Amino acid sequence: MSTSASGTDVAAPTPPAEAAPVEADERAARRERLRLLTRSGTFIGGVVILAIFVICAIFGETLAPDDPFATNPLDDLAAPSGEHLFGTDRVGRDVLSRVIVGAQDILIVAPAATLLGTVLGTVLGLLTGYFRGPVDDILSRFIDAFLALPTVIIALLVITALGPSNLTVIIVVGLIFSPIIARTVRAAVLQEREMEYVAAAQLRNERTPYILFAEILPNVMGPVTVEFTVRLGYAIFTVATLSFLGFGIQPPAPDWGLQVFEHYGLISGGYWWPVVFPALAIAILVIGVNMIADGIAKAFER
Amino acid sequence: MGRFILRRVLLAIVTLFLLSLIVFVSAQVLPGDVARNILGPFADQRSVDQLNERLGTDRSIIVQYWDWITGVLTGDMGVSLAFRRPVEDVIGPALVNSAKLALLAFLIVVPLAVIGGVYAALREGSFRDRLISIGGLSATAIPDFVWAVLMILIFALTLGIFPSTATAPPGSNFFEEVWYLILPALCLVFVLFGYIARMARAGTVEALDADYTRTAVIKGLPQRTVVRRHVLRNSLLPTIAVVATQLGYLFGGLVVIELIFNYNGLGQTLVEAAQQKDFPLLQSGILIIGIVYLVATLVADIMYSVLNPRVRLGSEA
Repeated sequence: MSTSASGTDVAAPTPPAEAAPVEADERAARRERLRLLTRSGTFIGGVVILAIFVICAIFGETLAPDDPFATNPLDDLAAPSGEHLFGTDRVGRDVLSRVIVGAQDILIVAPAATLLGTVLGTVLGLLTGYFRGPVDDILSRFIDAFLALPTVIIALLVITALGPSNLTVIIVVGLIFSPIIARTVRAAVLQEREMEYVAAAQLRNERTPYILFAEILPNVMGPVTVEFTVRLGYAIFTVATLSFLGFGIQPPAPDWGLQVFEHYGLISGGYWWPVVFPALAIAILVIGVNMIADGIAKAFER
Repeated sequence: MGRFILRRVLLAIVTLFLLSLIVFVSAQVLPGDVARNILGPFADQRSVDQLNERLGTDRSIIVQYWDWITGVLTGDMGVSLAFRRPVEDVIGPALVNSAKLALLAFLIVVPLAVIGGVYAALREGSFRDRLISIGGLSATAIPDFVWAVLMILIFALTLGIFPSTATAPPGSNFFEEVWYLILPALCLVFVLFGYIARMARAGTVEALDADYTRTAVIKGLPQRTVVRRHVLRNSLLPTIAVVATQLGYLFGGLVVIELIFNYNGLGQTLVEAAQQKDFPLLQSGILIIGIVYLVATLVADIMYSVLNPRVRLGSEA
């Protein structure tokens, strides 16, 4: 269901289902989740893939066989060979080195944007879910309006207005993601706020920020964690797409999307290597992150 | 019923108003000095003032917004800076081209994804189910431009089956035009398949688990009849809503696909507008995408409620 009567006419408070979970149960549940995760082949596979790229990002300069920025006009667009395993690009830079070091920017920009979006979205979701009423109505309408535009297109508009840079991309993508995350968190908070522990905190006259962040937030961390990993996959998708359009990570960074952008016009001439290797890197990273997200979502399903 | 539809339409109008505000603020307020942003830091102050006057960006924000929104509603969206033509003359044909590509992609993906999702649900937990579910989601998660370059490389350049551009030569007949659009449409299919299949699968799994299905099975109805008469009727309802919301992703995908396949649609036009800081074209084009999306979800919601009377009560469950 997309945008129908969200929140404005919520049914009467549901009767408090069970007693608030005891501390020990909570710890047991956490151990159970960890056990599920370490036994899930998908999750482990995803972690291995992500770890390889993280190593590339951190130690890229040392691991790369060549300087990823060194141009060599005499050796441009050389096909993959023993000397250049992935060939060279249109200005003679080693594609393998650029693919390795290219993990850097995307693995900073995408997680940072996701983190920003998750923090903002969680706060928004807590506020809209807890207060309901006019606050919820107004924010929910804004969220609907934001969701009516494809992420890439609204990002294109805002980045055109502000000028592209890594920081702009982080802020814009984070802001665009926050309403989506807010919607998930809001749904979880709507259930939590009817629980007895919330009523108890209200009776103790706890301050509202305390109830929101110290009482409710720990109980919605499950959905928040799942949202974070799922959104991380989308963030990589979005940042890579923006770079491909020329509105994301800027030259001369060896970013993968940017490399595809700089060379896709050449594939019809038979120069496939500067395009295919970075494209495959994006595909593998995205699949890895999604495998992690899949494992975490399964572990948190109760 | 009438009240539900009325309420839904009013909400859509409010959302549309907020949407226009978001687009307007992004295009006119964020850049600060619009003409300075377009002309760059080294431009002469006089030419900046002149451009601001020509664009109307020297007037008060409220007047600008009012002019823009009444213009869009009456089909007068100003002049595009990049194309030097009225914005509506640029957007109109581009929108038609995008619609052709989108329609073809939908015609391929909707039956494919629904069949795939239902098939996976009927074999829940099997290897084929996991293949469809995880494969579909991975296909969805990989950026469209990655699919596009791989598809061009394999099917256009190596195997030579399809053309590597989406624009048929002038004077082509209908079938040639469709032929040129198949490869780009397939890239969109990859991106859309996962969501729709997942929805169809989830709906089917839920319906298979429902009491009425158990009753039908216990009654001794053949499986074929149970699936057709009891399961599918209930499971495909939520899929309708999802198909409409996919229009948003579709537009996002069109931006990239049209660029790679050099297809003169709304996506390619918007990227060009962004590259040339053509704010009049950019803001109206984006608002139109928002309108198309809102109308589509509105129609889907109303269809959903007509088909499923439980929604009319307005409960979120």
